[in-house]
Amino acid sequence: MKTTLSWLKTYLETDASEGALVDRLIMLGHDVEAVEKRGPSLEGFGVAEILEAEPHPNADRLKLCTVDTGRQRVRVVCGAANARAGLKSVFAPPGTVIPRSGAILKAAEIRGVRSEGMLCSAYELGLGEEREGIIELSPDAPVGASYRSLLGLDDPVLDIKVTPNRADCLGVYGLARDLAASGIGRLQPLAAPTVKGLFSSPIGLSIEAPLACPFFLGRHLRGVKNGPSPAWLKGRLEAVGLRPISALVDITNFITLDLNRPLHVFDAGKISGDLVVRLARAGERLRALDGGDYALDPEITVIADESGVLSLGGVIGGEASGCSEETREVFVEAALFDPIRTAETGRRLNIASEARYRFERGLDPDFVARGLEIATRLILDLCGGQASRIVAAGSEPSWRRRYVLRASRPQSLGGLALAPQESRVILERLGFAVEIAGEGDLAAEPPSWRGDIEGEADLVEEVLRVKGYDAIPAVSLARSESLPRAALPPQRQRAEKVRRTLAGRGLVEAVTFSFIAKKEARLFGGGAEQLTLENPISTDLDTMRPSLLPALLAAAKRNADRGFADTALFEVGPTYEDDTPAGQRLAAGGVRCGEERLQDWQNPAREVDLYLVKADALCALAAMGAPAGRIEAAADPPSFYHPGRAGTLRLGASRLGSFGELHPALLEELGLRRKAAAFEVFLDAVPAPRARLSPRPPKLSVFQPVERDFAFVLDRAVAAERLLSAARAVDPKLVAEVRLFDVYEGVGLPSDKKSLAITLRLEPQDRTLTEAEIEGFSKRLVAAVEKATGGVLRG
Amino acid sequence: MAESGFESAEILGAIREASSAEALEELRIKVLGRRGSLTLAMKGLGALPPETRKSAGAALNTAREEIATAFAEAASRLSRAALEQRLLAEKRDPSLPVAFAEEGRIHPITETIDEMIAIFGEMGFAVVEGPHIEEDFYNFTALNIPPEHPARQEHDTFYLPPRGDGTRLLLRTHTSPMQIRTMLKEKPPLRIIVPGRAFRCDHDATHSPMFHQIEGLVIDRQTHMGQLKGCLVEFCRAFFGLDDLPVRFRPSYFPFTEPSAEVDIGCSRQGGELKIGKGGEWLEILGSGMVHPRVLQNCGIDPALYQGFAFGMGVERVAMLKYGIPDLRAFYECDWRWLKHYGFLPLDIPSLVRGPLS
Repeated sequence: MKTTLSWLKTYLETDASEGALVDRLIMLGHDVEAVEKRGPSLEGFGVAEILEAEPHPNADRLKLCTVDTGRQRVRVVCGAANARAGLKSVFAPPGTVIPRSGAILKAAEIRGVRSEGMLCSAYELGLGEEREGIIELSPDAPVGASYRSLLGLDDPVLDIKVTPNRADCLGVYGLARDLAASGIGRLQPLAAPTVKGLFSSPIGLSIEAPLACPFFLGRHLRGVKNGPSPAWLKGRLEAVGLRPISALVDITNFITLDLNRPLHVFDAGKISGDLVVRLARAGERLRALDGGDYALDPEITVIADESGVLSLGGVIGGEASGCSEETREVFVEAALFDPIRTAETGRRLNIASEARYRFERGLDPDFVARGLEIATRLILDLCGGQASRIVAAGSEPSWRRRYVLRASRPQSLGGLALAPQESRVILERLGFAVEIAGEGDLAAEPPSWRGDIEGEADLVEEVLRVKGYDAIPAVSLARSESLPRAALPPQRQRAEKVRRTLAGRGLVEAVTFSFIAKKEARLFGGGAEQLTLENPISTDLDTMRPSLLPALLAAAKRNADRGFADTALFEVGPTYEDDTPAGQRLAAGGVRCGEERLQDWQNPAREVDLYLVKADALCALAAMGAPAGRIEAAADPPSFYHPGRAGTLRLGASRLGSFGELHPALLEELGLRRKAAAFEVFLDAVPAPRARLSPRPPKLSVFQPVERDFAFVLDRAVAAERLLSAARAVDPKLVAEVRLFDVYEGVGLPSDKKSLAITLRLEPQDRTLTEAEIEGFSKRLVAAVEKATGGVLRG
Repeated sequence: MAESGFESAEILGAIREASSAEALEELRIKVLGRRGSLTLAMKGLGALPPETRKSAGAALNTAREEIATAFAEAASRLSRAALEQRLLAEKRDPSLPVAFAEEGRIHPITETIDEMIAIFGEMGFAVVEGPHIEEDFYNFTALNIPPEHPARQEHDTFYLPPRGDGTRLLLRTHTSPMQIRTMLKEKPPLRIIVPGRAFRCDHDATHSPMFHQIEGLVIDRQTHMGQLKGCLVEFCRAFFGLDDLPVRFRPSYFPFTEPSAEVDIGCSRQGGELKIGKGGEWLEILGSGMVHPRVLQNCGIDPALYQGFAFGMGVERVAMLKYGIPDLRAFYECDWRWLKHYGFLPLDIPSLVRGPLS
């Protein structure tokens, strides 16, 4: 909603400054998004009068003028043919910046005579293309005044963001009314003309769709003459960005902006028969004033005559019945259209108009007749002619209702103690009819223009708003207990631990979109129709992701393209298995690319591999409380991994995640040239740790522990995990730790064999082990390993 | 020549000049060995006439002590020299770079949310999270945004395909649906915050199709707008670390609150540089209000008994303001350099108790 300050002041008598008015608008809830100064700055240019104009002594075509600038008399050399004594024009003193050229004007000798400034053409000021002659101002222009203010450019345009509930403030008058209620000025009474109808309207009215249009008034005007609007009207419209068209069109636009009363003016000569408000019939079309050709359907409200649809009620008029320069008789429509249907019509046809914007927010039901009278008066004043009596269909919908504002509520809801009398004064200034409902409670009837008031809470807001939110004392939000409880639910605690653990391992956290391209989703096991957006911003972002990895890989690729090939990114975020709340799973995933970043002159660069990301995955799982020692890594990874260099992580039967090097074919498809390894674990897959009341103390044996190394030769295909679990199982009470410290394949071993070397740490609890007992254990171990893996002790 | 025939001066000189442990050992054998000169001299004492034996013995004893001392000193001198030589040989260049653990980073969105949790957590708010794929009821209708409400159009909602019953799921356009889910599930008093992802079908320099919000909700029997002000003023000042940060509440409109308020913080834009704090200008940072009675009703909570406030804030927006991050889109771009620059170290865990927020 735009208005100029002077336009606002036509309804608001006030001494308040521009700044004070802007602040008050903001604190009333009408955010002022901009205060625009218009046009070129024209700094320095003023109104001046030429007192004398004599020929220049040294040049035929130049004149020597004596100019009254309002401050002094100066001599100016001027080449304009129209420079003459008595003319008022625009003068620029030395030092002024000339808008067209950007040059700074200097006093100069011209053909031997000093010139103390310049008389200006519209061209030099950037105000037009007219170069011939200096600007001619009217004889009553005040000498010494700034040219800017003379042009009306000093009048700033306020761009006000009216909230959707305040339809009443979509007109300049409504804003002035709200400002006046706040006490910053006095509302000027609105003219209430009544134009006496001189004849019966030859065009009748009826409503077939009372739900779409409960109330419709109209009036026929004949003998009108449409032409350009007067300067004041053009000026207003232009100031707020509207192009003046013709008086009839400009009047409807003006009354919409000024009084928030949309109207429509039909060329009555183009109407056949009577008008009816009805729903469109299938197959009907309308070419509208915006040039669009619209196919209509029975959800759309139209105004039609015998020949068919003339306009879309509350949205836009039709081209065929529009006014032109030739229009001699008109029919003026002032109606109430249903907000929901108007919004629906606009949405279906994708038409945004000033009328729709207002009708869909709800207009003052008690201003239809008055708006029509004001419009009639203005048309008669500007276009001449005679008006018919008003024709009506339907009736003004009832809008009177009452809500009680209890005396306690400004304090108990709004936090501001306010005497009922003060609340009453505020409400009455806002146009409410207020009565005492007992014990300081007020029964308030909202004015017809406040359709947004729906209950007591709204009344509290009204009194607080006018009183000013600044007046509400800020009170600390006391806790019910003196100490805060843990704010984080277990899932988020986990997420935080995982994030900070992974970051501690050198991975950098990324945040990526929840949606990816369908093709990528399919590569990672997703891409279901039910998870495909109907209206994505692009096809690259149309499917809810099944995994964090595609976006992280894409990020790795972008970084590689920028010259950062060795990256390690992770994300803790949602994946979507289906469209249910349970299908949204929180995952932690990471992608390492190229070479491991921890390297220096002692540690040569090491390509990322499955073991590095396995460690990432296990650290993440351990951070969320999973028993890392019991997690198994099986060689059955999802298909996007390298089939021989990846694994699935399981705890018992539940799948915790996966890790490994990515499939070379996938990397090729993604355009990643370096090796990449990734992991992904699900935060909800790890069972919550059982709460134990008193943790058991650790067994700290006093007896000497024993460490022994063993190397076994096994088939290459045997998983190391089988050897380790066999070793653990020999005597779980005695074996405190099994650690694999060497893997060997190659010279000295058959090509299908490998050697795995392990250290066992035995911690006896009740005595020191004898050599014989250790020997006995070793034998049992060798036998158990052979049984479980077929491996033999390396000789 | 002494009576014993043993002369120590030359030996002592040789000991002092011994240049290595081996030379010293050689000397030791020569003097103190089985056939060493001093050993032989001691053995020869018995052959001396009794009148000189005593004095010669005393002289030899003195010489032996002198020699022993000289040997000890020489050994010590030589070992010191050897150590010095070793130290010299072991010298390394301490300026050579080392590979200390390369630290990762925490994304500024995460850190900002953690900071907000740290502050609201102290005020007794608990974190809840919820689904991103939502039903129309939770995202709109229950929040007093009926299907025909103009506010729906402003939400630029992403929709999923129609289901069997004709209804469509959507991506939540704000974190507010969790107000509804929480109120339907739990009884007041409630004090929750909801950090999380939200989605709008809008993409330009200042809008991202996905962004983060934090939602707050307080429901009890007595909380009023004064507490809303107190809570959010204290939050803003703690979050930006400015005890005198101006905070302004101005009337606004949200379908789910009544009265409603936008919250602005003070700033200055002198010289084109935005600075948070006293400066005479204002910057909108969050929306808030008293929960609309109809929203309470929709959740089965009696508005005659209960009331409270709600607020919502864009995480990226306040992160940009606090950390001077110029571009919204960079948050999701995953540029390695950006993440390293704006990211936080893993141990920078926000806490009001441990110290000022970063």
